[in-house]
Amino acid sequence: MAGLGTAAAAGYLAAAPAATPSVAAVPVADFQDIGTGIIPFHGERQSGITDEPPAHGSFVALTLAKGTDRAALGRMMRLLTDDAVRLTRGEPALGDTDAELARHPARLTVTFGFGPGLYRAAGLESPVADLPVFSIDRLQDRWSGGDLVMQICADDALTVTHTQRMLIKDARPFGAVRWVQRGFRRSAGVHKAGFTQRNVFGQLDGTANPKDAEMAAAVWNADHSTQLVVRRVRTDIETWDLLSVGDKENSTGRRMESGAPLTGEAEHDEPDFERTDSTGLPVMPNFSHVTRAHVTDPKLKILRRPFNYDEAPDAQGRPDSGLVFASYQADIVRQYLPIQRRLAEKDLLNEWTTPIGSAVFAVPPGCAEGGWIGERVLA
Amino acid sequence: MPVVATNGRSPYGGETIFGNVMLTRTVVAVAALALTTLAGCGSSSDATASSGAPAAGSTSTSASSAAPAAALTVRDPWVKAADSGMTAAFATLVNNTGADVTVEAATSPASPMELHTMTMKDGAMVMEPKEGGFVIKAGGSHELSPGGDHLMLMKPSAPIKAGDELSFTLKLTGGGTVDFTAVAKPFAGAQESYAPGHS
Ligand code: HEM
Ligand SMILES: [Cu+2]
Repeated sequence: MAGLGTAAAAGYLAAAPAATPSVAAVPVADFQDIGTGIIPFHGERQSGITDEPPAHGSFVALTLAKGTDRAALGRMMRLLTDDAVRLTRGEPALGDTDAELARHPARLTVTFGFGPGLYRAAGLESPVADLPVFSIDRLQDRWSGGDLVMQICADDALTVTHTQRMLIKDARPFGAVRWVQRGFRRSAGVHKAGFTQRNVFGQLDGTANPKDAEMAAAVWNADHSTQLVVRRVRTDIETWDLLSVGDKENSTGRRMESGAPLTGEAEHDEPDFERTDSTGLPVMPNFSHVTRAHVTDPKLKILRRPFNYDEAPDAQGRPDSGLVFASYQADIVRQYLPIQRRLAEKDLLNEWTTPIGSAVFAVPPGCAEGGWIGERVLA
Repeated sequence: MPVVATNGRSPYGGETIFGNVMLTRTVVAVAALALTTLAGCGSSSDATASSGAPAAGSTSTSASSAAPAAALTVRDPWVKAADSGMTAAFATLVNNTGADVTVEAATSPASPMELHTMTMKDGAMVMEPKEGGFVIKAGGSHELSPGGDHLMLMKPSAPIKAGDELSFTLKLTGGGTVDFTAVAKPFAGAQESYAPGHS
């Protein structure tokens, strides 16, 4: 080692006087334009759901001010829709004090969800209800509930920041910010499209998500609405680090490197829950996360669209990380609840994960040009 | 006076600032596009212009008819919400003709109105009535914005709440009028620029 170090140092010194560094420069990738990407806002269904999640996401939940009635909610949603329409096109919002920040939409999407409290305020019956509290939950108010949620996603963090600021400014007359959860995934250009991202545990996360034809059955109702669960799940990376790779894989039921099920070779091989090893034990452990969470019927699948979070570590250097776990499904009670119940009851991964926030939202259909999100609910 | 109605893709319509620049280049294209958009949307919750001449339904006017192209298009109009006291309306006024257009006055059921501009007085920017109105050059556009020229609502009769939609009429020299609807937005920018004149 010492020899190597010296040699390297000598090499560096020898090269130093020359104008060009001796170390071959890492070639800078050609400029790839990510800034101008646009995801259309208008349509029968809201965007930001089945489209490929970009690098940055922010979930902003509001508590409505007392007296915000159905008419006021209509005014609020018209204003917020108008902001979203303009900003997702890469244009400043009306009265935008930082118009320059609007010019790079970077696949910006803004998705609106209505919590049970919004329906209450409007005098309507809510299609969603708070999840029951599970034994594994250590929920904090500061990450839970919410009458309105705005999911803001883009491939650029500054675009998310600007959009969030603009939307909050226009929402302020109608309510207070309850919580904001920001998260990230791999940046655009790091992988090819369609890649499976890694979460803060290093796992490939998203492999078994519904695809293609399954997607519609899992996510959309006939009226083009869907439902959203947002759970803040803290990951205990300090103790996760102590595990061997084998133990990590057993807790999940998939390989760390390839994401393949323990019974397979490639990421998208179907797990074989019947296969046993020489000792007669199932190769996919009975209590692995995947074994417990697995469903085959597309109508029972959920679309997970999580973002990693990583806030400042504490003085001892222990991370404050986890997942802003977001899942879309046509019906929370039919699809999400049974999975969550099974996981709460038994899931090896629970040892290293703790739900600290929980919120549910009905996601109304999209709107046509000139319309606004929620018009069929609130108009 | 010619007629045009625009309807963009947001709940309040309105084309973009980019759109403005582009659109002002070709008069005929402007009118054609505006009308197509309107037909596509069916309603016009945003800027609509109507003629002082016989009630011309905006939808029934077409760029190819005998009527001249639209004189003035109001883009991206909005009003600063206010619980009490005076406030202002903003927009981009686009002149689609080959001749200058002058906005002489504005009216609204919501408040007595004045046309205001900003000027330097004793080292501070204050607003004052715009003598001679807003002149929009042939084929040009004129920005009404916080800290700049604006339509002043001198004494709103009721609080203007975020999301309210207010109607306005611009009176043009020569007798034409332009109607538009503007949405009220919470806004706290550029205050010091025009507040002093009225405080
Ligand atoms: C920090 C928390 C969590 C972590 C780190 C995590 C991680 C993973 C990983 C690595 C996989 C395997 C790869 C894949 O298919 O994506 C997976 C699968 C899955 N997870 Fe989670 N998960 C978490 C929380 C949850 C929660 C809260 C739910 C829902 C209640 C959930 C439901 C599922 C489902 C349905 C699958 C697919 C199972 C299959 O059919 O193969 N996960 N998760
Ligand atoms: Cu003024």
